[in-house]
Amino acid sequence: MSIHPRTQTLARRQSPLSDTFYQLKVLNGYAVTDAKVPPFSETIRRAGYVDGILRPTRIEIFQVNVGKLCNQTCAHCHVDAGPDRKQENMTKETFDLCLAVLQRYDIPTVDITGGAPEMNPHFRWFVEQCRALGKHVMDRCNLTIITSHERYRDLPQFFAKHHVEVISSLPHYSARRTDGQRGEGVFEASIEALRMLNDVGYGHPDSQLKINLVYNPTGAFLPGNQEALEREFKTQLQRKYGIVFNRLYAITNMPISRFLEYLLESNQYESYMQTLLNAFNPAAVAGVMCRNTLSVSWDGYLYDCDFNQMLDLKVNASCVHIRDFDLSALEQRAIVLNQHCYGCTAGAGSSCGGQVV
Amino acid sequence: MAMAEKHYFDPEDLKKFGQIGEWQKPMADKFFAWYGEVFKEGALTEREKALIALAVAHTVQCPYCIDAYTTTCLEKGADEEQMMEAVHVAAAIRAGSSLVFATQMMNHAKRITM
Repeated sequence: MSIHPRTQTLARRQSPLSDTFYQLKVLNGYAVTDAKVPPFSETIRRAGYVDGILRPTRIEIFQVNVGKLCNQTCAHCHVDAGPDRKQENMTKETFDLCLAVLQRYDIPTVDITGGAPEMNPHFRWFVEQCRALGKHVMDRCNLTIITSHERYRDLPQFFAKHHVEVISSLPHYSARRTDGQRGEGVFEASIEALRMLNDVGYGHPDSQLKINLVYNPTGAFLPGNQEALEREFKTQLQRKYGIVFNRLYAITNMPISRFLEYLLESNQYESYMQTLLNAFNPAAVAGVMCRNTLSVSWDGYLYDCDFNQMLDLKVNASCVHIRDFDLSALEQRAIVLNQHCYGCTAGAGSSCGGQVV
Repeated sequence: MAMAEKHYFDPEDLKKFGQIGEWQKPMADKFFAWYGEVFKEGALTEREKALIALAVAHTVQCPYCIDAYTTTCLEKGADEEQMMEAVHVAAAIRAGSSLVFATQMMNHAKRITM
């Protein structure tokens, strides 16, 4: 079944929000809205972080965003990914630079994301190289790519062969909720892909092959309790479709890119920021992913996280590109903070691995 | 003229709920503590409790409660189908509670007719 996208990319529509500087102006109350939320660094200073500075622990996760090309155009995408983003994709040379870093340093996990990372022509080769280096490899797979074309239908076997941990977005066990965010037909294609993954051994309790689902709210509200949502997803997906999976990660929507556009257009931006601020949880700050993750963009630049990458906020260190990688400099950096960071510290917190407290 | 002076219900008033403690703190403190306890996961999940609250909100026709528990139901992972079914349960009990009195009507009618 084909997918009918909910929208087009901001880039294709030449929306002002495709300019990251403009997004930062909105977030800081200098464009569209004059709503002022206290600076995030000031909020964490009050929570006990000296001078409002957040520092990394050590880099355990090397997250590579291999490009913005995607077969879907989800309404909330923080990457502004889509089928038209054909230019921004990692080249073999940049992958080689990543592999050189991974070979040199003891960074145990490689987290591959996009876009639909599998659409990058070097994807499978890169996975194989990372596995040969003994790395744990995670792929953030949108599921529908598997059923989108004949050339991707063997991805479940490829993942299984290389013991890739698959992380897949499925915002709801109901078609209406999922398709409302990700495009008509996405739910049905996702279910088919999950069945294919189950068939090769993914998600079964006694299997080493892990498929973890990502829940994110399909609107301007916060995620509920992760464990309760996981129980409900497991019950409903098993009952209705006979599907099994391992963990559910609950992730908060960041007020950037297309989700920011949705908030502004539906007149919910101010109330959403207030919701994030009201739910600020000092205990969540310690566990945010930017403390143990380094994010690499398709063109090799280094960021504290995938969200900073999408706002073009490069690391605050002497090296900002993979070719100049200096682990000790990076581990001493101050993490770049801005108003979107409230998204990761609301409630039980949020990271690429779900809630943090 | 302020909105509240022209309308009985103003969505902004929901945010002021906590202020009821300004005029009677001990009772408000007890109420909010109990309220919080009620909605914690217990024998029922938070999602199930939110769906019950949504149904009751429609029965008591409280616009604040309807807004609040629509959001809460979605946060707890309910979908439109579950939420609408919950409202149908509330409506069915309201309808049934009228209709069941028809037995009284029937009893009385039978008593006084030949």
